[in-house]
This record gives sequence, C-alpha cells and structure tokens, in this order.
Amino acid sequence: MTTSSSRRPRVATAWLAGCSGCHMSFLDLDEALFDLAERADVVFGPLADAKVFPTDVDLTLVEGAVTNTDNLELAQAIRANTQVVVSFGDCAVTGNITALRNALGDPSELLQRVYVEHPDLAGVVPTEVVPDLLPKALPLHEVIGVDVYLPGCPPSAARIKTALFALLDAIEAGEDIATVAAAREPGDLRFGN
Amino acid sequence: MGKLIDLDAMRDAELADRSRRTHRALVCSSTGCLSAGAAGVRAALEEEIEAADRAETLQVVPTGCPGLCSRGPLVQVEPRAGPATLYAEVDPDGARSIARDHLLGDGTGDQVAADVEVVPADLPFFAHQTKVVLANAGRIDPDRLEDYVAAGGYRALYDTLTTMTPEQALTAVERSGLRGRGGAGYPTGRKWRLLAEAPGDHKVVVANGDEGDPGAFMDRTIMDSDPHRVLEGLVIAAYATGAERGYIYVRAEYPLAIERLERAIRAAKRSRLLGKGVLGTDLSFDLQIRVGAGAFVCGEETALMASIEGRRGLPQLRPPYPTERGLWGEPTMINNVETLANIPAILGNGPEWFAAMGTADSPGTKVFALAGSLVTTGLIEVPMGISLRTIVEDMADGIAGGRRFKAAQTGGPSGGCIPERFLDTPVDYEHLRALGSMMGSGGLVVIDDTVNMPEFARFYMAFCRDESCGKCVPCRVGTVQLHALLDRICNGQGRRRDLQHLESLCRTVQVTSLCGLGQSAPNPVVSTLEHFRDEYEALLVEEPVPSAVVTGDAS
Amino acid sequence: MSARPVPPTPPAGPRSARPTVSVTLDGEEVLAFPGETVLALARRLGVPIPTLCQLDGVSVYGGCRLCVVEVEGEHRLPLACATEVSADMDVRSTSSQLRDHRRRIVALLFAEGSHVCAACVASGACELQDLATETGVDHVPYELAFPSHEVDASHPLFVLDRDRCVLCTRCVRVCDEIEGAHVWDIAQRGNDARLVAGMDQPWGEVASCTSCGKCVAACPTGALYHQGTASGERRPDPELIAFLADARGGVWEQRDNGAASQPRDAAGSHEQGTTP
Repeated sequence: MTTSSSRRPRVATAWLAGCSGCHMSFLDLDEALFDLAERADVVFGPLADAKVFPTDVDLTLVEGAVTNTDNLELAQAIRANTQVVVSFGDCAVTGNITALRNALGDPSELLQRVYVEHPDLAGVVPTEVVPDLLPKALPLHEVIGVDVYLPGCPPSAARIKTALFALLDAIEAGEDIATVAAAREPGDLRFGN
Repeated sequence: MGKLIDLDAMRDAELADRSRRTHRALVCSSTGCLSAGAAGVRAALEEEIEAADRAETLQVVPTGCPGLCSRGPLVQVEPRAGPATLYAEVDPDGARSIARDHLLGDGTGDQVAADVEVVPADLPFFAHQTKVVLANAGRIDPDRLEDYVAAGGYRALYDTLTTMTPEQALTAVERSGLRGRGGAGYPTGRKWRLLAEAPGDHKVVVANGDEGDPGAFMDRTIMDSDPHRVLEGLVIAAYATGAERGYIYVRAEYPLAIERLERAIRAAKRSRLLGKGVLGTDLSFDLQIRVGAGAFVCGEETALMASIEGRRGLPQLRPPYPTERGLWGEPTMINNVETLANIPAILGNGPEWFAAMGTADSPGTKVFALAGSLVTTGLIEVPMGISLRTIVEDMADGIAGGRRFKAAQTGGPSGGCIPERFLDTPVDYEHLRALGSMMGSGGLVVIDDTVNMPEFARFYMAFCRDESCGKCVPCRVGTVQLHALLDRICNGQGRRRDLQHLESLCRTVQVTSLCGLGQSAPNPVVSTLEHFRDEYEALLVEEPVPSAVVTGDAS
Repeated sequence: MSARPVPPTPPAGPRSARPTVSVTLDGEEVLAFPGETVLALARRLGVPIPTLCQLDGVSVYGGCRLCVVEVEGEHRLPLACATEVSADMDVRSTSSQLRDHRRRIVALLFAEGSHVCAACVASGACELQDLATETGVDHVPYELAFPSHEVDASHPLFVLDRDRCVLCTRCVRVCDEIEGAHVWDIAQRGNDARLVAGMDQPWGEVASCTSCGKCVAACPTGALYHQGTASGERRPDPELIAFLADARGGVWEQRDNGAASQPRDAAGSHEQGTTP
C-alpha cells in the first residue's frame, strides 16, 4: 500500500491512557518538527485541531494504554483508518504505569469505595461525562493489530525522529513496513528511559 | 538373615496344595476392581465356601489384574482340570451364584453360574495378546511368594546367578534388543553396559514407578499384580551391572502397589532373595522403596534422583549422566518398571526368544492402557508391530455409543494424536515417532468425533503447566502462555496472530526446555495442528472486543 | 539450593597455561583452554552470548536457557554456560533461530512478572532491561500476567519485590555457596514457584540472614534492593561475587570445592556411599 504520489503523507498522533510524556518527547524533535511539517500533514491529535479521527491516514503514533471505552473506540477508529499504526511508548506497548492498576483486580470495588461509600460525594459512580473502565488496562496490540512498536518511557526524541522519518520514507516508497521495522538496529530499543 | 529358599520345594508344595482343590476362584483385587467392589465379591465367595465347609478343597485367591478392566469386578474360576471360566461385572450376589452353582455344585460337573456374565474364551481382547510382563497378572496372589515361585518365579534369577557371569547376563539383555518401556525407547542393554563399565563399588539401580501420564496404569498394574517380577528384574540388573543396592520409586498415588511391593520385599528378604548372599551366592543387594510426593516431573531421571535424596524434585543438567554421577554421586541406572519386568523372562527364556517377538527394531511386547471412548477399555500386552486398527477395532471393540473414531493419543501429555488414516500403522517406536507421536509409556487414549481437538490439546497443556517444576523459563512461562493461547482460541477469542504465536512458541519450548517435560509439552499441540488444523482455523476471529466492561453503575 | 553444586567455571587457566583446544566459533578457528566453557571462551574473545542466571563465582544453574548455542552434530541446543569445549567442536553463538528463541524467552519473562521499567529501581542498571534491547524484544506478544505479590520490606536494610523476580536463583546460590547462610530458596513449582526466605518467613525474621547484602548485589533485576532506593537508583555489583569466590578460595582449581569427590548437598545431607 502506498500513498498516492500526488498527495502528502497524512500523519496522526493519539493520546489514549498515557501521561502525555511521549508527546512531550515528540515535541522535543525541536527543529526536526519543521522537517516533518515540510513532508507531511498532521491531521489528528493533541497537536492538531480535529474532533473526529479522519479517514485515509498513513501513519498514526498512538500513546497510552487502552483503559476505558473511549480509548477502545478511538483505537478501533485509528486501526480502521490508518495504514501504519505505531504503539508509541511503553504504555501503548506493555501497559506500563497505566496497567499497574491491573494488579488490584476488578476496578468496580475501588469505584464503589471512592464514589459510593465516600460521605461527601454524590453517592453514585459517575457515568455521564466519564467513560466506562475496561476490566484491565491493555497494551494497544491487545485490542487492535499494531504494525510497529516504539518502546520507551518516553522514547527519546532521537529515537522518535529515526523511526518517524524511516517510516515516512518507507510509506512513500511503498515498502513493506514489517521489513523496515525488522531492519532496525537492536540497540535502538529500550523499555523505560 | 532368612532361610535360603528352595525354589523347587516351594513350587512343589504350592502345586500340591492346589491339586487338593477342585476349583480355585481367582478374584481380581487390583486397583480398578477393588474400587468397583471386589472386596465384597471376595468376601461373599469366602463366606459361601466357609458355610459349606469346603475351605480345604476350594480356594479363593485374590489376584492382580487380568486386564479386562471395563468389565470388572472379574472372577476367574479354574477347575482342577478343564478350561477356566471368566465372569464379569460380578457383585456379591453374583459371587454367591458362582459359589453355589459353579464352585460347590452338586458334583455332576461344572455348572456355570447362569445369572452372571461370562466372558467368551475367544474374546478378541485376549486373543491378540502375548503376555510376558503380565503373564502372572490375574493368575497369582501378588502377596504370596509361593504363588510367584509356583509360576516359575525366581528361577531365572537362580539360573543367572549360578550358571552365568555378570557379563553373560549383560550380553543377554543386549542381544534381546529390549528398549526402555518408559517412553524414550533407549536400548536397555546399552544403559546396563554403561553402568557395568562405570567404576565404583556403590552402584545403584532404580526402578522408575512414577508413571505420571494421565490415563496410564501399566506400571501400577505390574507393581500391584506381580511385584516379585520387578524385584527379580532388579536383582538380575544388580548382578549384571555390579550394583549393590536399589530403590523402587513409586508415586504416592499408588498405595496398593506400595503395600504389595513392601510385602514382597519383606518376603524376599526372609527367603534370602534380597540382602546379603542372595540365593547363597556372593551377590549382595539391598532394596528399598521410595515414595513420591505428587510431582509428574519426578518421573524424569534426574528429578527422580533428587527426590530420592530428599531434595526438591528439579531436573539437573546432563552431563553428568546418572551412570556417571547419580544418587549421592554414585553411578546410578534408572529403568522403567515395565522394562525391568521383562528381564526375568529374557534371562529365563533367552534373548532369542524375546527378539523373535515384535519387530526387528522394537522386539518384545508392550503393555497398553486403553482408555477413552472405546467399548472395552483396560490393560493389554501385545507384540510390537501390531496395528493400531487391530487394537482399536478388534480388541477394544471399536468406539462406544455408535460414535466415530477421531484419533488415538499415544504418549500422554508428551505424545501426539494419530488420526484415522493412520490406523493401519504398526505400533512400534519408529513408526509412532514418524507420525509425530511417540510410544510413550503405554497410555493409549482414543477419542471420538465429539471431541474438539484444540480443547483436547488444551487439556494436556494444562497438565504440563501444572506439573512444570519451574526451573527453566521456556517451560515455566511457556506452558502458561501456550495454555492461555489455547484458551483464547477455544473460547472464540483467538486471532490469527495468536495461532502464529502458538506455533512459534511451541518450537521454542520444545527446543530450549531443560528436560523432557518442557521439551514434549508442546507435542499434543503440534500434533493436533498437523492433523486437525481446520479445527483451530474455524475458531479464529478477526479482532475480538475485550469483554466485560466495568460500568459506572456496576453493583 | 536444591541443585547439587557444579564447580564454578575456573578463570582461563593459570598464567603459565596456554589454550590448546582447537574450536571453531562462528566460523573462526580459535584456541580454548582445556575445561573452559563455551561461554567463558566467547566472553574472552568478545563474542556476546546473552545470559541471565549465570553468575561468575557460583555454580551453574542452567534455568534461563538464554545462552543456548548450536553445536555441529548435536541436534539439541546445549547451554554455553554448562558446556565445556571439546576438540574440533564447531559452535555457533548466534543464528536466526537462536535469536528467535532468545527473544521469545525474554518476552516470556516480561509476560510473567511486573516489569515496569519506568517505575523500577533497576531501570538503567537492569540485566532484563538490557536483554530486551539485546535480543530485540520491542513488545510482549504474550498475555501479561500483571501479578501482584506482596512486597517484603520486613528486613531493616533490604526489600524483596517478587513481581520483578525472574527466578534466576543467583541470590539462592550466592547466599548458599558464598555466604553459607542459605537464607533463600525456591518454594512451590511451576507458575507458583517463588523465592522464599528461611522457612517461607518474612525476610526480616530469618535469623540466619547476616545482612551481608550479597544477594542484593547479585540480583539482576529490581527484585532485591536496598531500602530507600528510588526509581533508577539501584547500583548492583554482581562482579563482587566472582571477586569473593576467588579471594576466599584462592585460585579456583586449588579450592577444595568438594563437588567432585564428595557432593556437598546444600540440603544438609552428607551421605556418601552408605545405605541411607
């Protein structure tokens, strides 16, 4: 699959259940952001102004684990409309900090204790503005197919830059993404920071 | 020190006693029939005989297992002359009928009990069998040394000790071509040779009676039906290899076997068949039982030795091999119980006699425990090379309930399944391995078309996961993950990439695990994928949505 | 420790000895010392082979299975840490299948524990974290267990977090073979296997613990650490173990490590040739 040669690559980022640290690291690309702006359009994400995930996206960097129904819906929309999905940062790759809640088991007990048993609150677990929790916070690839993994907490700006531009090159040239990812130097990957 | 046994005198006395009996009623008192009520059957027979004051001329003999387990409790009536009658599914009432009609009778001849099921003498289940290790099972009282001797027991030991050198005994085993019956099929003579050549004065021989495969009860039966045969095999092994002591390692879940072996050891010691100066020769051999503690992994040689030493049952790296450094650092040889049970017959009848049975590469016989969806299940001993079809369709009388044969699993959790198109395969080590399975210890589980193969594989993986010792990563975590992947697939949550991970992880676990447990745990998965891949494929889904969302108003 | 101790790998011979065993390593003919393990040879020549449960100074365990190598003529994959060189041995330290197996083994470890590098005392000084990089683990394709074993902080100086324990048994071997206290061992089996102190007591209540800290120094991950260590702050010292073994015993070949003639059974039994 390639982009049609007549249009610029469409790149998106998404921030699911993460701390935004990966996006901060992304911003640390500094002047390389200008290079990105020259090559591609950022069509969705905290750094763009779109309310609905668009169609026909070439590359999406997804930060954060999938912990609630909102995350799940967005993840599914991303997969349906993106050619290359990247699990961006440890929370998306393994669940990381966000998934530490899994060790506590079923979250409904916690919700009960906080919202219902607490004397000062309304006595009801909020459901209107707040999305429902999934029983576990999950890595992204547990809910959608993922093409490339970029671990790190956060991945360094240098690593993001290398991956981002290599993927853009590959997408524009119509290369197989799995081969590009496999050709990566082992020393490029690291969990944590 | 006991009185030296006179085998001829003991045999003659026993046979003389038997000749006073008009009939003997052999009541199977092995594990299966006992749990089906054999004790009550035996008691009823004895009561009737006592009441008729015929205890001198009739005899009730508790025996081991004749093999037709699914039709038990079994009673075999042997008249002093003439053919025997095998009664099946006998209860205490049936026992009384047998006593009155057949044993006591009215003197005009054998009156077969009318209202008790009789098994025809030409039943295919028996017709295709060749009993070597099970020759005495179901025919002698396992708790009586006299019975064993009357059946020819310890004669082979006597002849070996008095007419052969250790080297000659060793050569006999080598020439027989006997291969390990525990599963791997390693040439037994070669293993004995390794121990014989090992230096040292404190060598050890061990009988592996851990028998952990689900559904397998070959070794259990040998131990609880003919314990002296195992002892005799061990003493001959000690003579041939220069060992001075031995252990029989029995899993704790076989209390009857343990009890009967203990009794046999005591009787053997009293008669100088064990201990110092066996049968009046220079051979000294001490034998003890060691009981397991509930771990399948302790069937693995090095874990078994750790268990005997009182340590955690963890497998060790090899080399060093047990014959180099084993129990407490001494050269040690571990043989499966069924392997050892072949030894008296090989030494007694000669290696050529043994090699003439079975096939060229797999001589002799094999005991199989038939289980699963068969009409007739139980224990059989057949010559190697018999076809699977003969076992399944003739001997076991096909699939129960009018269902269809789907596959036969050999080798238990370490083995593979054999689908219908391979039913004509000869059962021997090489053919089964070529099919992606293995002989295994003898458990033969047959399943019908109601069984789902991914679920079947999952069952065995759960077993391996629960029995993993935990020492090595690929087995400890690999079996957990393989089970989780199988679970996902069986529950309709499996994606294509889960199937891919299943296959690739199977390879890693097979190839990098420390011991046979991990190395063979993926076998049922690999085998069912090879022969029934479509069943896995049919269960795959695109992208399942995570189930059970926690809602705000969850109660 | 339930394993019978195998003598630790001696260093590459006394200075006067020369390597005389001809071995082919990754296609190159090299000379090894007699009795040298494939791992020691590879390290001496700068050829990387991943390890985890191996630790210079203590006995071989062979549990992590990472150091599997290919040897011509053997269809099984032997362990570099446990296999001595033999004349004309042809060894491959790496290959496509070895890489696949090692990657999967490391991924399995990540699936088993709660290895959240971002929040761990060991981040930056962790052998498991390094192994992920070395073996190419960029995600965990297996179901993460998300375990939550209770942290044992009962010891005044140290902490045990079992969620990070990879059951390498380095601490078990160090405490048994170097310190001689045998505080640690493994209890239960399979997936339930876990590190226990004393008779499965809180660490702080185990009287035989000498607080020497060698188990903490030897731990490859953030399972054992000093009280008060924050994220990324731990400073392991596994080389201390080899140093102590060497310093206390003299040169290894001259040590009476006992395993060759009289197996010193860590479980306490000293049976030798008698009928137990």
